[in-house]
Amino acid sequence: MPTLLEIHNLSIEYKTRLGTARAVDNVSITLDENKTLGLAGESGCGKSTLGRSIIRLVPYPGRILEGEILLNLDEDVPYENGVVEKGQINLLQLDGDQMRALRGKKLAYIFQDPMTSLNPMERIGKHFVEIIKAHEPDTPKEDAQVRTKDLLEALDILPERVLDYPHQFSGGMRQRVMIGLGLTLTPQLLIADEPTTSLDVIVEAQILNLISDLKDKFNLTMMLITHNLGVLAETADSIAIMYTGRIMEVAPTEALFESPQHPYTQALLQSVPDVRKPDRKLSWIPGSPPSLTEPIPGCMFRPRCPHAMEICATEPPPLMKSTSGGIVACYLYEGS
Amino acid sequence: MPLIEVKNVMKHFPVQKGFLDTLFTRQKEFVKAVDGVSFEIEEGEVFGLAGESGSGKTTMGRLIVRLIDPTAGQILFAGQDIATIRGKQLRLLKRRLQFTFQDPYSSLNPRLTIGNAIADALRLQGIGNKSEQKQRTMKILERVGLSPASSFYDRLPHQLSGGQRQRVVFGRAIILEPKFVVTDEPVAMVDVSVRAQILELMKDLQDEYSLTYLFISHDLATARHICDRIGIMYLGKIVEIADKDRIYTDSLHPYTVSLMAAIPVPDPKAKKGEALPKGEIPSPINPPSGCNFHPRCPRTFERCAEEEPALREVKKEHWVACHLYD
Repeated sequence: MPTLLEIHNLSIEYKTRLGTARAVDNVSITLDENKTLGLAGESGCGKSTLGRSIIRLVPYPGRILEGEILLNLDEDVPYENGVVEKGQINLLQLDGDQMRALRGKKLAYIFQDPMTSLNPMERIGKHFVEIIKAHEPDTPKEDAQVRTKDLLEALDILPERVLDYPHQFSGGMRQRVMIGLGLTLTPQLLIADEPTTSLDVIVEAQILNLISDLKDKFNLTMMLITHNLGVLAETADSIAIMYTGRIMEVAPTEALFESPQHPYTQALLQSVPDVRKPDRKLSWIPGSPPSLTEPIPGCMFRPRCPHAMEICATEPPPLMKSTSGGIVACYLYEGS
Repeated sequence: MPLIEVKNVMKHFPVQKGFLDTLFTRQKEFVKAVDGVSFEIEEGEVFGLAGESGSGKTTMGRLIVRLIDPTAGQILFAGQDIATIRGKQLRLLKRRLQFTFQDPYSSLNPRLTIGNAIADALRLQGIGNKSEQKQRTMKILERVGLSPASSFYDRLPHQLSGGQRQRVVFGRAIILEPKFVVTDEPVAMVDVSVRAQILELMKDLQDEYSLTYLFISHDLATARHICDRIGIMYLGKIVEIADKDRIYTDSLHPYTVSLMAAIPVPDPKAKKGEALPKGEIPSPINPPSGCNFHPRCPRTFERCAEEEPALREVKKEHWVACHLYD
């Protein structure tokens, strides 16, 4: 399986008044082509920061300290002063113009909140035409409009509505538009950050169906960032679990749900209610995650972990191969 | 006698319009947030109210504790109609009816220590003197799991995690020892790993104070875990009421069926069979004719567009508003 994206030893810090918080700590992860990787974790675990770092839009005062983000570019992408050549490139070494040429064209990002991500002063159609014109300035306006209408049709929105403004659209429709904007230039990688979190269950299910249809149609590679494991069970091929900026476990979706390896993954799955199993007792994880500005030595999950050992307090556990076919960062599996 | 009886309650909010619109249109428009809802809550029960956003479930909860006034209808609390009482009577009533808001980040005053936030309820009701108020607050802090209380009393909300804030919110609700608490999405803003803890706290408080809850939620999986009975709302009306298990295993209303089918299940092998309804919840300003759900309903027929179905008991303790079961 060819890999589309490889992240090696990526660390990102936020300098705040309370100290320096390491939001992403030495993360390495790979994304295979035409697959969906789910990135899950609780609030503050760094999943959005990791997603944003791929398009190099980590919000201020975040700073990428070190690491590599390697993208396998499938064609030359021209920009103002030259061309980004195809092949494997390190996104962290590109300058602003080069990144701008890739964003939207090769890397698309769907932000969490569809209510605020569209420009309220512009018609829906213009959002699409703008993206097309920005990356393909030679496209005649009429062609861009035709493409827009085709896209809206694929998203189950009446093409006449290109003349509407965002406030005339419902939440679900706006999220469809956001997905459409992401797909306009058929990017290689689509990063969706909590795409259904602010939507109701029925609309959420509609959007998830749409995403999986489009994934086949456009041959998409996706990174789906969410805290909702139920959503990932339905859509992801494999899942990475994050905690306090670190990857705890990566495994194929079925394996992760069937035999979670990391104690954190196990505890997390135990606390997700399943509507089909009302008699199962829900449990919780005692305590709360350590502050990122005052990290503890060793494994960050140690204070809450039922299996904590002495070694856990020494060094952060490295990612090791797990029996479920994935990788896990836990000393319980050392040498097994 | 049920503790709470809601009889044909309505709440219509007038639509704000621009100056010119008011000049040239004579008819006022209303958002029919709650449009003729009736149900009962037995003492000691956890009654769930579920539905999508805009279905009117929060408005319904607010009406029962009289945070807003109903447009029409009766609300009986222990047999007494409280829909229109005012003044001192209303203030005394509020000791017995409490409400917890969804967002523990904005429902606590950021500049008020959590001790004062909880003690305020006593102060406003004029119960006890300062030292008694503090003493009772300390007890409540311990009770909701914020212990040692002395270390939490003077903290500000920003020093607490989401789960801890939700505990403060519950402390503030129970310090007046109410009979009935409306909890609006108590775990929606809390991380998954601590949700069960908050639900457990709710159960413990219920046992200790013999509370009755109205649990408002869009999350049916959580509702099934904590509720005894669940009512499903759609566009300001209740479409189905049943026991928490029956409403899931034996859903009758087509809307309930699709709602249940849409719940994400943490199991990659679970397959979705049911077709989802098209589109989204329509505007409550001009709701569809007849049955509100008929434009999206997969099983609609002629009568649905003409006649509004009444909520009827079609099986024992199972109420549904749908012409399919006439």
